[in-house]
Amino acid sequence: MRFQPVIGLEVHVQLKTDSKIFCGCSTSFGSEPNSQTCPVCLGLPGALPVLNKKVVEFAIKAGLATNCSITPRSIFARKNYFYPDLPKGYQISQFEDPICQRGWLDIQVEGQELKRIGITRIHMEEDAGKLVHGEVSGLEEGSGVDLNRACTPLLEVVSEPDLRSSDEAVAYLKQLHQIVTWLGICDGNMEEGSFRCDANVSVMPVGSDVYGTRAEIKNVNSFKFVKQAIEYEIQRQIDLIEDGGRVVQETRLFDPNAGKTRSMRGKEEAHDYRYFPDPDLVPLVIDAAWVEQTRQELPELPECRRQRFMAAFSLPAYDAEVLTASRELADYFEACVALGANAKAVSNWVMGEITRSLNDSSTSIGTCPISPRLLVELLKLIDVGTISGKIAKTVFDEMWRSGKEPAAIVEEQGLVQVSDSGAIESIIDEILAREAGQVEEYRSGKDKLFGFFVGQVMKASKGKANPTVVNELLLSKLKG
Amino acid sequence: MDIVDQSIHELHRSLKAGEVSSVEATRAMLARIEAVEPQIGSFITVTAGQALADAEAADRRIAAGRMDVLTGIPLALKDIFLTEGIRTTCGSRILSNFVPPYSATSWEKLKQRGVVLLGKLNQDEFAMGSSNESSAFGTVRNPWDTTRIPGGSSGGSAAAVAARQATATLGTDTGGSIRQPASHCGCVGLKPTYGRVSRYGVIAYASSLDQVGPLTRDVTDSAILLGAVAGYDPKDSTSVNTPVPDYTAVLTGTVKGLRIGLPREYFIAGLDPDVQKAMDAAIETYRQLGAEFVDISLPHTDYAVATYYLIATAEASSNLARYDGVRFGHRAEEASGLLDMYTKSRSQGFGAEVKRRIMLGTYALSSGYYDAYYVKAQKVRTLIMQDFMRAFEGVDVILTPVAPTPAFRIGEKADDPLQMYLSDIFTIPVNLAGTCALSVPAGFSSDGLPIGLQLIGKPFCEETILRAAHAFEQVTEWHTRKAVI
Ligand SMILES: [Zn+2]
Repeated sequence: MRFQPVIGLEVHVQLKTDSKIFCGCSTSFGSEPNSQTCPVCLGLPGALPVLNKKVVEFAIKAGLATNCSITPRSIFARKNYFYPDLPKGYQISQFEDPICQRGWLDIQVEGQELKRIGITRIHMEEDAGKLVHGEVSGLEEGSGVDLNRACTPLLEVVSEPDLRSSDEAVAYLKQLHQIVTWLGICDGNMEEGSFRCDANVSVMPVGSDVYGTRAEIKNVNSFKFVKQAIEYEIQRQIDLIEDGGRVVQETRLFDPNAGKTRSMRGKEEAHDYRYFPDPDLVPLVIDAAWVEQTRQELPELPECRRQRFMAAFSLPAYDAEVLTASRELADYFEACVALGANAKAVSNWVMGEITRSLNDSSTSIGTCPISPRLLVELLKLIDVGTISGKIAKTVFDEMWRSGKEPAAIVEEQGLVQVSDSGAIESIIDEILAREAGQVEEYRSGKDKLFGFFVGQVMKASKGKANPTVVNELLLSKLKG
Repeated sequence: MDIVDQSIHELHRSLKAGEVSSVEATRAMLARIEAVEPQIGSFITVTAGQALADAEAADRRIAAGRMDVLTGIPLALKDIFLTEGIRTTCGSRILSNFVPPYSATSWEKLKQRGVVLLGKLNQDEFAMGSSNESSAFGTVRNPWDTTRIPGGSSGGSAAAVAARQATATLGTDTGGSIRQPASHCGCVGLKPTYGRVSRYGVIAYASSLDQVGPLTRDVTDSAILLGAVAGYDPKDSTSVNTPVPDYTAVLTGTVKGLRIGLPREYFIAGLDPDVQKAMDAAIETYRQLGAEFVDISLPHTDYAVATYYLIATAEASSNLARYDGVRFGHRAEEASGLLDMYTKSRSQGFGAEVKRRIMLGTYALSSGYYDAYYVKAQKVRTLIMQDFMRAFEGVDVILTPVAPTPAFRIGEKADDPLQMYLSDIFTIPVNLAGTCALSVPAGFSSDGLPIGLQLIGKPFCEETILRAAHAFEQVTEWHTRKAVI
C-alpha cells in the first residue's frame, strides 16, 4: 500500500517588541535571571495584565501579510496548567475568537506548481519563563526559575493540514519566516527560539480522504530538522501500520542527534487546559480604520517585490528571487538602481562579491561596509573604462576593508586602466620578441596560445591594460 | 464626642480646628484596638509603629496647611489589599508570610492623601465566605453580640468600624462581602459599579465580580472615601475611564420625586419578620420624604446564587493557581519532587472553603462540563444584567433588604455551605449585573442586632444611591447607635 502524508504546522513567532505583552518589562535577553520582571510577569497576587498595543499592531501585520481576516472583537483566554515556569498557573492566550483567521500562503516547491496552504488562525499569547538547573551562580542544588522571558509576546500561526510532504512543510516555513522577518516583527533567529515549530504529522492510504491519527512533534528549531523530523515520522508511521500496528495520538520530541522522534509520554497526557475568557482583559476591539491604516503601512511583500523586480528591471527570475531573500537586501539593490546603476550589473555584484564578502565576514547586509552609493561609484569606474572588471574586484576588496571611495583607491594604488595603444603596443612587442618560439607555434596553427599572450601582457601591465585594446593589438601583431 | 466615635468628616473638623492632633487620634484608636481586640478579633496585623509615623507626618502636613479631608484620619484595610512592606495574608495560611513588594492602587491613593494606616483587617480566606469563619486567623465576633458572626467576607472591616477600632475601613465585595457585613454590624457599606475602583493590587477572588469599596460610620464618609479611591487606573484594564464626581456635593438631603423600585422577588415569604418590619418602615420614611414607589420584577433572581457559584468559583480556581509555593507564600517542607510540593503546599496552605470552591470551579471549567456550567452561567448572568437594565428604565434606585436575616450565630451555618451561600441571595445579583449598591442602617431586630437596607443604583450612578441613603440617614437615628462591648 502507498501512503500519503498529511502535515499541519503550528509556528511560534516571538515578536520583536521592546516591552512584554502584558507589562512594561524589557524583552531583551541575556540579563541576570529575574532582573527583567515586575509584579505582573512574576504573577504576584493582585497584579493585572495590560495589553501592549504594539503586539496587536504586529499581529494585524502578520494577519494581513498572510491573507487572514482580522477579527473585529477578539478575546483573550486563560490556558490553565501548573508548571514552575508559568507564574500564574495559567498562560494568557487566545482560544475562541483569535485575532486573525482564515488566511493562506502560496508556496513553491522546486519543480512543482504553486500550491495554496490554508492558515487556520493566528493568535497572540505570552511566553513562559524557563527552568535553570545548577548552571546559575548561587544555585547550589535543585532547580531555579528565570522569569525574564515570561510574558514576552508570541504569535502562534496554525496552518491547515494542507501540506503533503516535508519539502512543502519547509517551503511553507521558509515563506512564513521570510514574511515575519520582512515585516520586522520577528528577528527570525531559530537557534534562540524566536521562530519555532511544532509539526502535526499523520499518514493515510493514497486516495483516502480520511486523515490518519496524528502525532505532534514539538519544538523543531531549524529548517533542516523540520525536514528530518517529518520524514522520520512519516516513515515511522508507515512502518508501524505496515507491521500491523496503530499510530497513537501523542506528543513526540525530535532528537536532532539521533535524527529520530521519540514519545514524550506522561507530560502531555490528556491535559485539560480549562480554557475560559480572561476576566482581567476586556475584549480587544479592532476597528476597520486601524486595520486599514496598518494595511497602508505594510511594506511591499516579498512576492510582490519579486514580480516587480522582474518586470521593472528585466531581471531573470533567479536574480529576483535571490535579491528578495530579505527586505534589507532588496532595499540595498533598489537603492543602487535608484542611484543610476545598471540593474543587472548591480544584481551581479550583489549576488556575487557582496554576498560572498558578507558570508566570509558573517555579517548581514544591514551592516555592509560598502554603501549603495560606493558600490555605484565603483560600477561607474568600470562603465567609463577607468578600471577593468577584474581590477574592480581588487578595488572592491580594498573598499570592504577600508571603506574608502573607489576613485581614491584607484588613484592611490595607480590602478587606472591603460587604454593608450602606444603603451600597450610596446609591451606586446617586448613579449613577442621574448617568446619567439611560442609565436612560431601560434602562427603554425596553435590558436590556443592566444590566451597565453593575453595573460603575459596583462601580467606585464599589472592588470591595468585595457583587455579590449590588448586583444585587438595582439591579434593584428600575431598575424604578422 | 470621644475621638474614637467620630466619623471622618467630624474628626477632620477637629483636626482642622486643632482640637486634636492626628497622633492623639491615632493613639486613641490604637488604645481602643488593644482594649476590644480580644473580644472582637477584627485585625490580622496591627501596624502601630507605622500608624504613629504616618500620624506624625500627617500632623506636619496639617501644620503646613496642606491638609485635605483625609489627612491624618486613622483607617484600616481588609487584608486583601497589598501594602508594600506590610504583610498581606488575604486571611490565608498560604500567604501567612507574604510581604508584598508593591501596593494596591486604592491604598496608594489614600496614602497620598495622608491617611494613617492602623493595620490589616481580618476576613474570610481569599474573601470566600459570608461569616468570616473561614479565616486562617480566627473568627471575628460581631460587636453587637459577640456570639454572632459579623458577616463576611469583609467581616473585620465592618466589625472594626462598629467596634470603633478605626474611623473607617476599606473592604471588597464579590457577592455581598461589603454590604452584608455592613448590614450585620450597623455601618454603611458601599459596593461601587464594576470598573469604578481599580482592582490593581487587590488579591483576586473572582475577577469579573470583585470591587473595592468603603465601610463607614455614615453616608458622608462613604462619599468621601469612594471619591478618594475611585477613578480610572491604567494598570487595571477593567477600570473604566469616566470622570469621578464630587460625591459629597450631591448629598442634598432630598429625594423628592425619586422613583424607587421594589422587586417582588426580594420581598419573599420567609424573610425574617424583623427585617420585613425594618423594610416597611424604611419605605414609609421614603414615602414621607416624597419618593415614589414602583413595583418591579427582576425575574431571574432565583438563578443568581447558582450562577454566582459557577462563575465566581471558575474564576477563583484559576486565580488561585499562582499559590503554588514556587515564588512566594507557604511552601511545604519535605516535599519529594515538584508534584508533591504543589500538592502539599496547597493542601496545607488552603482552608476547607477555599478548597471546596477551587474544586467546584475546576469542575465547571472542565472539558465536557464547560458548556453546561460555565457557558450557561454566563448566559444567565446576561439575563440578570438585562433584568436590572430593564427595571432601571422605570426607576432611579431599587430598594431591597441586604440579607434575609440579621447576623446568625457563630457556627450556626458553618457545616452547611448551601445555607451559608443563601445568606447572600439579595446581594449577589448586583455583582452579577456589575452595578452599584450600598447598605445603610435601617433598624434593629428584637435582639438588638442591626439591620441594613440595600439601595441599588444604575451603573456609575453611585451619587444617586448615596443621595438617597443620606436623605434617609438625615431623618433616622439608626447610624448613631453604638455597640456596647
Ligand atoms: Zn513585567
